[in-house]
Amino acid sequence: MIEFHLDARSGVANYMQLIHQVRHAMRLGLLNEGDRLPTVKEVVAKVAINPNTVLKAYRELEYEGLVTLRTGVGTFVTRTLSDESLGAHGPLRLKLQQWLAEAREAGLDEESIEALLLSTFRAPAEGKA
Amino acid sequence: MTTTTVIGADGLGKRYGRRQALADCTLDIPAGRVVGLVGPNGAGKSTLLQLASGLLSPTSGTIEVLGASPASTPAQMAKVGFVAQDTPTYAGLSIREHLHLGARLNPTWDAEFAARRIRQLDLDPGQRAGRLSGGQRAQLALTLAIAKRPELLLLDEPVASLDPLARREFMQVLMEFAAEQGASVVLSSHLVADLERVCDYLIVLARSRVRLVGDVDELLASHHRLTGAYREPATLPAGQEVIHSSHTERQSSLIVRSTAPIDNPSWTTQRLDLEDLVLAYMSNSATIGSIPVPEAQR
Repeated sequence: MIEFHLDARSGVANYMQLIHQVRHAMRLGLLNEGDRLPTVKEVVAKVAINPNTVLKAYRELEYEGLVTLRTGVGTFVTRTLSDESLGAHGPLRLKLQQWLAEAREAGLDEESIEALLLSTFRAPAEGKA
Repeated sequence: MTTTTVIGADGLGKRYGRRQALADCTLDIPAGRVVGLVGPNGAGKSTLLQLASGLLSPTSGTIEVLGASPASTPAQMAKVGFVAQDTPTYAGLSIREHLHLGARLNPTWDAEFAARRIRQLDLDPGQRAGRLSGGQRAQLALTLAIAKRPELLLLDEPVASLDPLARREFMQVLMEFAAEQGASVVLSSHLVADLERVCDYLIVLARSRVRLVGDVDELLASHHRLTGAYREPATLPAGQEVIHSSHTERQSSLIVRSTAPIDNPSWTTQRLDLEDLVLAYMSNSATIGSIPVPEAQR
């Protein structure tokens, strides 16, 4: 079972934050096929948000084919997003850590590292149409 | 849900002598929503809630709550819960006596829920309400209002005097109620931050009038902050309504309402959060005084 949290200052709509957190948990293998999501009542009693926000997020996830809503039973994950790529996470993380160490050695501070990462990530990939 | 409109008002107004507390208020609030009623102090929020609960009668226009005149019949009164400002309780009565009173006065009283809540709150039923902390008293008032099992729960500034933890706990219980009952909730606050997470419908009141009303997601999607080189607001295309503008010699900064996306590349377009949106309409009402009420198209 996952726990939701909301960042009021993120500028991302609340229901989108819930969707991102489910997808994120699925990619990291924290949620797998057959797992139950917390009920709307459980989420709102914990996070103190509007029930319709949770319903909207769950409906959107259902539309994307990631979960299924079974009335009276709960909301269940219907797919596993992680299996093919999860094995690659470890080595990739190691390379990133090496890169971060190099960046710090070169004198970049946290903000410069983040800016460089983001601008590289968002720049159009070379050699692609 | 038996009705699709929980609060319908048409030209509703309330006057105290010379003072117009609420004017020309027209609303059609759908059922099953958590409605935030925001506005500065003295904007008419309490007046509107008291009109909806039947504690006040209008001096002009009409209001219907769950399809009938407020507090017109015992059945109607049983369907509407009201928690007045500062979550009042009887200081001299114990918690147990409050629950007895609730059971005697309300035909739909859920005694099992009330007893369970008091246990969960870890309160001593023999304790007098006057000796409870602000947060505990608010929780008692909320427990009494929910145990009545209303279809519509009205709350006037319920968290204004609570600390952040007590606020969060109050909202958790209120949202749990909204989730399990599918009930409608209207709560007022002069702070948007109190309402941002919990409301999916918004009413902005300022200077006795409704300035903005609609579904929160639709309102956020249809308002944009534009910044760019100085220009006259009149040069905006049709369909883009300027809600708020400020200019320096070089720069114009506008808050614009438009259902279509802004595709002019000479503007930098940003999303607004709920607080920016509410403040734009409030400051707009301060300078213009009376503007036509934009209603979100559903």
